[in-house]
Amino acid sequence: MKKGEEKKFTTVSIPTPLFQKIQDRIKGTGFTSVSSYVAYVLREVITEEPDEEQPFSKEDEERIKDRLRALGYLD
Amino acid sequence: MLSENERKRIFSGETEFHQLVRKEETLIDAANIAAGIFSPLEGFLRQDELASILNERRLPDDTPWTIPVLLDISENESANIMEGDECLVTDPQNNITALLRIEEKYRFNKKEIAEKVFGTNDPQHPGVARTLNLEDVFLGGDIDLVKEEESTYDRFKLSPAETRILFREKGWRTIVGFQTRNPPHLGHEWIQRTALTFADGVFINPLIGKKKKGDFKDELILESYDRLIKDFFLRERAVLSILRTDMKYAGPREAIHHAIMRKNFGCTHFIIGRDHAGVGSFYDPYAAQDMFDEFPDLGIVPMFFSSFFHCNKCGGIANEKTCPHGEEHHIKFSGTAIRESIEKGDCPQKELMREEIAEILLADKNPFVE
Ligand SMILES: [Zn+2]
Repeated sequence: MKKGEEKKFTTVSIPTPLFQKIQDRIKGTGFTSVSSYVAYVLREVITEEPDEEQPFSKEDEERIKDRLRALGYLD
Repeated sequence: MLSENERKRIFSGETEFHQLVRKEETLIDAANIAAGIFSPLEGFLRQDELASILNERRLPDDTPWTIPVLLDISENESANIMEGDECLVTDPQNNITALLRIEEKYRFNKKEIAEKVFGTNDPQHPGVARTLNLEDVFLGGDIDLVKEEESTYDRFKLSPAETRILFREKGWRTIVGFQTRNPPHLGHEWIQRTALTFADGVFINPLIGKKKKGDFKDELILESYDRLIKDFFLRERAVLSILRTDMKYAGPREAIHHAIMRKNFGCTHFIIGRDHAGVGSFYDPYAAQDMFDEFPDLGIVPMFFSSFFHCNKCGGIANEKTCPHGEEHHIKFSGTAIRESIEKGDCPQKELMREEIAEILLADKNPFVE
């Protein structure tokens, strides 16, 4: 493999019965391994919610609203 | 954004910068990076990021990302450019677009890029051809926008910061992104209205970029959508704004990329059509749906629309799940049929396109790109 191409993986421990459950669960699905299933589920769970807090200063926000009004997007 | 000090440094002439004159596509990429449309990218790709995108369809930090954003230069140009240099990226008229801090100068097998992004190395594929034609050296590093090139359609152009504030001011919590490259026919409108039955707002986001001969002209796409929204949508429920970028025709990978950009604009949902970002018969029309399954962490929900048609018996728009009638009762939403009518100077069938939209297209002596 070329530089930068090697996959970076690490190991986590899960209880053996859970591992077996997952093995059963992924039979006949597109998942090729328990690891890929676990990665999928974790990614789904840890997806960040978009920040509710806007990173704008008051001035930026007013400038943006002015432009939106000037263009007719806002009243 | 560039600090005042840096701006002074650039314009005072005291510091010498390398100048890189770039094609429009690269300048637009720079503007999109700076505007946050390509967030979390803050510059052109470094080698490990490119490799990770090609192999994992993710950035090295595991964030979904499927389409390379590259700055390519020729061997000649690269001769006196070093890692650590700062470059001014300009257009051919020497207008400065961005300041690039070069972290990496590298070469990468272009055939490999093409094969992994487009799933083929067939030079008939426009994206493959374009990739193989890239220059041989790539520059990776963060950029700061100095000045974005002005365009004719700036009054229709909003940044993600602007759309996010706009959606919030409108009180929208669920926003469906709709991408288009055509004037609206009634099938498009039906999708948008269907989306509005559950979402708070629809964000109509035409791609403005390189066109093929025979495509409708950009100004007509905008004028016709402007008319549609003003006269046929509740002003409170639809926003029209352009996205300047070229189609790559990377099929499923590009569908993911399109969704990521719309997430950055603040959309919660994104409409994926049949053969989204496809070209010729290079992709299975529903391959995009499968690829979305790999990204439970995309942060935007794809909405898949299968084909639909006008059914004379149903008396409206239907699809194979809702209409029991035979094909002889169906009128397909064919872009070709619409184009042919307009070429002849006729209104398309009323089941396909509103008269008010057709009038706008017919009023132009030559509505197509030459
Ligand atoms: Zn029917």
